[in-house]
Amino acid sequence: MNNIAALFKARKGIGFVVHPSVFSGARTGIKVKSERTEALGLCVSGCRSLSSLAELPEMHQMMRQTCRDYADRELGPIAGKLDKEHLFPGQQVRELGAMGVMAVEVPEELGGAGMDYLAYSLAVEEISRGCGSTGCVVSVNNSLYIGPILKFGTQKQKEQWITPFTTGEKVGCFALSEPGNGSDAGAASTLARQEGEEWVLNGTKAWITNSWDASATVIFATTDKSLKHKGISAFLVPMPHPGLSLGKKEDKLGIRATSTANLILEDCRIPLGNMLGPRGSGFKIAMQTLDSGRIGIASQALGIAQAALDCAADYAHKRTAFGNPIGKLQAIQFKLADMAVAVESARLLTWKAAMLKDAKKPFTKEAAMAKLAASEAATFCGHQSIQVLGGMGYVTDMPAERHYRDARITEIYEGTSEIQRLVIAGQLLKEYAP
Amino acid sequence: ENTKIRVKPDHSGVVTDGVKHSMNPFCEIAVEEAVKLKEKKLIKEVVAVSCGPTQVTETIRTALAMGCDRGIHVEVSGKDYEAMGPLQISKIFAALAKKEEASLIILGKQAIDDDCNQTGQMTAALLDWPQGTFASEVTIDGEKVKVVREIDGGLETIKISMPAVLTADLRLNTPRYATLPNIMKAKKKKIANMKPADLGVDMVSRVEVLRVDEPPTRLAGVKVETVDDLVAKLRANGTI
Repeated sequence: MNNIAALFKARKGIGFVVHPSVFSGARTGIKVKSERTEALGLCVSGCRSLSSLAELPEMHQMMRQTCRDYADRELGPIAGKLDKEHLFPGQQVRELGAMGVMAVEVPEELGGAGMDYLAYSLAVEEISRGCGSTGCVVSVNNSLYIGPILKFGTQKQKEQWITPFTTGEKVGCFALSEPGNGSDAGAASTLARQEGEEWVLNGTKAWITNSWDASATVIFATTDKSLKHKGISAFLVPMPHPGLSLGKKEDKLGIRATSTANLILEDCRIPLGNMLGPRGSGFKIAMQTLDSGRIGIASQALGIAQAALDCAADYAHKRTAFGNPIGKLQAIQFKLADMAVAVESARLLTWKAAMLKDAKKPFTKEAAMAKLAASEAATFCGHQSIQVLGGMGYVTDMPAERHYRDARITEIYEGTSEIQRLVIAGQLLKEYAP
Repeated sequence: ENTKIRVKPDHSGVVTDGVKHSMNPFCEIAVEEAVKLKEKKLIKEVVAVSCGPTQVTETIRTALAMGCDRGIHVEVSGKDYEAMGPLQISKIFAALAKKEEASLIILGKQAIDDDCNQTGQMTAALLDWPQGTFASEVTIDGEKVKVVREIDGGLETIKISMPAVLTADLRLNTPRYATLPNIMKAKKKKIANMKPADLGVDMVSRVEVLRVDEPPTRLAGVKVETVDDLVAKLRANGTI
């Protein structure tokens, strides 16, 4: 413990304090194992000086402010309507595209904003604070559709499948889940067989976000059943396309402005050049994509949580009961405090995961922690926000009920909270392996 | 944007500590107009200028992110800043306009904190330049500028020679959101720093603020049934 504390003090530029219980093995003063030192080193030397967690770089602050202004002025006023009428925010997506928000990480030569993942996380959070559905569209396009193509595509594929999707004119989607398997992604029953110069795809994908509004999809199908999850490959399919049809739009609890439906493939033919990455690497591509996607969803959850907190805190000032604004009552104060702590801690986890990714350091555990913490913070804040508003929280006049409904999905998609716990435990146990 | 304004306990002004400052909305419109003129290739370079303490550079950065080429920060802080008003600012702008050989100065018609609506007009007077104020439409035509002005009676169209001063009114344009790539580019653009003394401007104010008070709380109104009742009530409280 003392050794670790000394190590900490010697490093300059650390702007926050890690609770000693993190270094549990060092409690008894025994020598620190090499893996743990590595984990520590990651924490201490970090990528950027972690004091930047206290204050973001100027460019990121400006970017955050721009997105916040956009969300306040253009999304906030229409979010209720988008939700009620299940309307896809096409106009807003185009405007966000013009701002560069639909392709934050994409290099400028391909039409993107050329910024880092921390900037992307901030953008998604602010957009989601205005409208959870729009935040979802932004996140799916950036992380799930563009993400894998940017990482695994050929230059030609990038130009063909990324550039038109940076402007907001077109959005993409990600088709991994099937009616028969969600968390069990290795059991993909969608099949792809080669016939001459074409791949022929057959099967059904379920719960595909953006499906009805997308112009292309990254889709996963089994090319070699005997190889189990090493026999899955990724493909790029334009939409609409012969052989690809959409199921009916799901009637969802929340994020209702996005379209979610089945993708049905019946002898859907695509050129051989439409395979993304090497044959059999589909599962790896999916898992790596979801790793980064988690940071996007964590950011979306943060935005929704923050919106719920904003709503409750504002109400606490205005609503009077027993002769005073309810903000004076401890019962309300404790709720607001708990909400604020939940949001802020999830936010720091999210920023850390993003910064680790930007520094090209391993970030799987941190991304899973961020998504878990943020999604649970979102549902917690959504719930408590309604409680603070009382009866007003239950009706559509106030946005609290929408935040409650929008928050729920963040604990489910892109890896359920249960899966996140498995991922975290897996990484943790590896660190402690004897 | 939705900060509550509070008067300082000593009534010398409003509380500005900890209040987030952002670009004056009419100045945003002015910046947008300048950037649009540059995009139409009617002007060569847009320089964003602001006078004030260090925080002002954030606002200049925002202007750069909207498309201005470079910035100038005229540093004014402390007592000088508290006493700074349209006269001092217009002297600074006039000096800079001469130094930079500007052909157009575009500013917001008024600042929403003091609502003075004087800086543009004073700057033009100091430079002896024509002015097109309350502009809702600006068209450059060779060496002249056609300005449609919003006046109480409607719209007035004037044609003035450059160099000129223009002040932007609400309907001139809708300011753009800075795009992410432009925010990145703004980081590399230069902001020059100088003091009023470097421009030979004295910051002594000719105006002294005696007292600042909040507006009186609005009292509830009274509804009356007939005109006779109204007249009677107005007589009773001494209004007529």
